Amino acid sequence: MTSTQPAGALCADHMRYVLRIADGSLILGQRLGEWCGHGPVLEEDIALTNVALDLIGQARLLLTHAGRLEDRGRDEDALAFLRDESEFLNPTLVELPNGDFAQSCLRTLFYAGWQQALWTPLLQSRDAELAAIAEKSRKETRYHCEHLSEWVVRLGDGTDESHARMQSALNYLYPYVTELFVPDEIDGAAVAAGIGPAVDTLRAAWDAALLPVLAEATLELPGATPFRSTGRQGRHSEFMGFLLAEMQSLARAHPGATW
Amino acid sequence: MYTQAMDIPHGDGKPAAVDDPARAAAFDERAARGEFVEAKDWMPEAYRKTLIRQISQHAHSEVVGMLPEGNWISRAPSLKRKAILLAKIQDEGGHGLYLYAAAETLGVSRDDLIDALHSGKAKYSSIFNYPTLTWADIGVIGWLVDGAAIMNQVPLCRCSYGPYARAMIRICKEESFHQRQGFDALHTMMQGTDAQRAMVQDAVNRWWWPVLMMFGPHDKDSQHSETSMKWGIKRISNDELRQQFVDATVEQGKVLGVTFPDPDLRWNEARGHHDFGTIDWSEFWNVVNGHGPCNRERLAARVGAWEDGAWVREAALAHARKRAARAQSAAA
Amino acid sequence: MNNRNEWPLWEVFVRSRNGLDHKHAGSVHAPDATLALQMARDVYTRRQEGVSIWVVPSDQITASDPGDKAAFFDPMEDKVYRHPTFYELPEEVNHM
Repeated sequence: MTSTQPAGALCADHMRYVLRIADGSLILGQRLGEWCGHGPVLEEDIALTNVALDLIGQARLLLTHAGRLEDRGRDEDALAFLRDESEFLNPTLVELPNGDFAQSCLRTLFYAGWQQALWTPLLQSRDAELAAIAEKSRKETRYHCEHLSEWVVRLGDGTDESHARMQSALNYLYPYVTELFVPDEIDGAAVAAGIGPAVDTLRAAWDAALLPVLAEATLELPGATPFRSTGRQGRHSEFMGFLLAEMQSLARAHPGATW
Repeated sequence: MYTQAMDIPHGDGKPAAVDDPARAAAFDERAARGEFVEAKDWMPEAYRKTLIRQISQHAHSEVVGMLPEGNWISRAPSLKRKAILLAKIQDEGGHGLYLYAAAETLGVSRDDLIDALHSGKAKYSSIFNYPTLTWADIGVIGWLVDGAAIMNQVPLCRCSYGPYARAMIRICKEESFHQRQGFDALHTMMQGTDAQRAMVQDAVNRWWWPVLMMFGPHDKDSQHSETSMKWGIKRISNDELRQQFVDATVEQGKVLGVTFPDPDLRWNEARGHHDFGTIDWSEFWNVVNGHGPCNRERLAARVGAWEDGAWVREAALAHARKRAARAQSAAA
Repeated sequence: MNNRNEWPLWEVFVRSRNGLDHKHAGSVHAPDATLALQMARDVYTRRQEGVSIWVVPSDQITASDPGDKAAFFDPMEDKVYRHPTFYELPEEVNHM
């Protein structure tokens, strides 16, 4: 890592670039964990928990890496449990409530599709650790895309009720997708340093992977809106505060404790 | 994780169907020789019913058992513990699934078994009707509840019914991580702050007696035990298992540095075992009969998940039918 | 009775590593073959137990009749000459 680790402001940008990816996995893993024990059928309960476990695993590797880049002694748990809301840089999409099973499936697929588009260029990252995490995660994400695509198709093209639920999930979630592909100066710095791609370049791969699934699911893409979510800038939805209050409550109640 | 409440009556009270006495005698001889019985083999109706009751109660216990621990997934105090807890609860779902599958080989459907749970006809282990109030409860469930479960489960790996025995072998392999992670979590907390140590002791105090009840009524009061032993569905009696558990656990408690809430708990040199106090069976029966701290919440959570999932299950079937129809018309 | 809506049962066979046969691991309920495979993967290979999975609709399996076991299998009992240990060879070549 030392060979690719830039100094000063660049390092802060680098850390934030990694943190955004880490927080996406962490917060979505936290949300999917809520399904454990409450799935529509035992087999799927187990399957969704596998996805949650993969995401938490990714978050641990990425947060640990971000902490090392920052070099202020924060480990994965300090970053997960002791940061305030505005320091979390996940896209708003992943912090939204689970909603029903349709909404949970579609949201997970949307994010997994984005991750899948990201991991491939990250394999070429000059940040060797990040490239290694991408290599490991890409296999997991590919399976998440496959599994959730199967569900989106079945529910979209299932019964009238399931179709209506999936269509309304799409209507609700689609505006939050825009944020996934809006680049900013952190992306710019990552591109310049050869650390990773700017997010706007991921859209084509996302469209290519997901639009056919939505079509097969007989869903209609809602029209474009000027709505922009801003979680990646640290400005979150109202849901985020509650998610963090719950997630961090025990860790924060016992400062310095080891678990 | 699992149960002992398998000895709890089912309450249908109907007389068993009458079996051909010659076949029944031959079957008893097979069981006495320790032979395995397989799914399609002839078996006495009472054997089949006992197994369905026992295996399904066991399956329900695994699935309901996901809930008290699930209560802490979102609040696990480190990411490592969050991952461990998710994996453990997921295993329990898997164990429930293996067991439902074993019960299905006896000619019942999983949906019918689940209906019996949801309507309150079928029981599950009463231990899961206790609340998880602090993080230490998660460790104590691993150490004591899973520890008690393992005591029960290991002998079931030699159960006379093949599909059940095979499910138990798989479960026991996976289960050994559960008890170890629980002890490890508590051990870490005991090395920590005063508040953490107090949390562990409080959890042990609350769970100790309910865990001893997991082994079920005393042998003399256990109505299904005798025939279950004869048929090799059960291998070791409730009281023997409970004693084994107490003897093993007291030593582990010393390593951990916790005490047990029983003034009568002491080593008895003459018996070569620990003596322990009297179990409050009125509490046990209250919880079994639906009046425990969380009975209503647990059942409501299971029923809710099942009902909320109905449209999902229907949609998947509807889609499969559409596909089959399309494939057929394409072939025509 | 809601069995009309129960997902079909599939038997799951897992090859634990290349070179070995697929072995019966258990069963899952799934609406179709694709999801049956995925669910079998999530249920039966959580600990890297497999490199390949088969799923077969349970109702497609034809089984021998356990009541007919004697007629079906006992005739093989006296064909001891099929087993290599039936033949006593001289010490020097007995590892054959």
